Amino acid sequence: MKHNGNGSVTINVLAQAGTFAENKDTARDIRREEILPALEKGKTVILDFSGVTSATQSFIHALISDVIRQRGINVLDRMLFKSCNSVVKNIVSIVTDYMQYEEEPTEPPNA
Amino acid sequence: MPLMRIHIPNSVFLGNINHFLNGFDPSEPDKLEITSHPKWFWVHPVVLCMIAAIGKPVKPENIRYEVLARTKHYLTRMGLFNFLGVPPDMEIEEHEEAGRFVPLTQIKTSDELSLFVQELQPILHLEPEDVEPIRFTISELVRNVIEHAASDEGAIVCAQYFPNKKMIRIGIVDTGVGLRETISDSYPVQDDITAIKLALTPGITGTTNRPGGSAQNAGAGLFFIKTIAYVNYDPFVIYSGNAMYKLLKRSGKQVTLRANPFDDRHSKENTLPHWQGVVAGIDISLEKTKEFAEILGIIRNFYRQTVKEKKKEKYLKKPKFV
Repeated sequence: MKHNGNGSVTINVLAQAGTFAENKDTARDIRREEILPALEKGKTVILDFSGVTSATQSFIHALISDVIRQRGINVLDRMLFKSCNSVVKNIVSIVTDYMQYEEEPTEPPNA
Repeated sequence: MPLMRIHIPNSVFLGNINHFLNGFDPSEPDKLEITSHPKWFWVHPVVLCMIAAIGKPVKPENIRYEVLARTKHYLTRMGLFNFLGVPPDMEIEEHEEAGRFVPLTQIKTSDELSLFVQELQPILHLEPEDVEPIRFTISELVRNVIEHAASDEGAIVCAQYFPNKKMIRIGIVDTGVGLRETISDSYPVQDDITAIKLALTPGITGTTNRPGGSAQNAGAGLFFIKTIAYVNYDPFVIYSGNAMYKLLKRSGKQVTLRANPFDDRHSKENTLPHWQGVVAGIDISLEKTKEFAEILGIIRNFYRQTVKEKKKEKYLKKPKFV
């Protein structure tokens, strides 16, 4: 995880998950050990998918669904997705869409 | 002495697999007899996975087979005899595997799966864009087994690629608890065909009945795979307990995703011999396959529309891509 010095951190997904991001255990570890603690400290999290050619829905779900569930959908203002190709963009969008099926949110806009 | 008998017909595709499924008897698991049609046969990899799965616990000395040399050669190259611990009684000229098939492979852990999907592209000699729906499908199906089947044996996978048709046929089988037990942890399930229906329905997972799933499961994987098959006019079969669901090729050009798998063009059976676990077979035609991103776009529109209708909202919060 790289601290950018402007209140944001960048997480290199490729380095941990490879070009085909499918290992949910890896996704869980990134979520628990990097995303959630950084958000807890008020940081903006940039998930950098440079070099990731594809991902499974299971991976993206394990990566971000519980973050949305815990912090509400407005956490998307502080969790950004960098350098995603069309496959990864579509899967991220699917997961963020179906996570809004639930009634929450717990985090106010622009918290 | 009672024994399991498997007779391999001269051909088994997903389209005619019902005949094979109706003909095997898994009720006596200690002895196995394999016979085959006297003429040359070809069987879908899912059939080889099934034979490997139920034959693996049988002691090699209790396995008897009576198949022709050509058949034996084929079964050997696909790794069946090696898997069962039975010598094929013939010299086999081994060829480079690349470009044609993935022999029977047992995958028990998440790391083994990751390694397996990494190696698919060089094994199959496919272009990166062609391998995407294949590894997506295998990864989602095998991960389901690792997470839900509660089986020490994991998943057995096998695939064969046909370059002239640009078609890959894939089988993934487990001998775990089965869909009915998995789904019934969170939903009332009266029979196996209902369990299959629920498993294919988006948002249904055995880990929770909460919309959006749990932290690790969304209940979307099988819906994605059914959709890949549906969009590409490819068949998809799933069999668990006494029931089987077969997605048939859609008619017409219009693509309409449906949450209820019984609303798709399909056939089903619920009086088959009991399979303890889950059997999944899929064909992916790479020639007809829409770009993977395009299929995902169709799925995204389906979810977006479903959520908007449920929440009666015009706009949903969108992720920020930078």
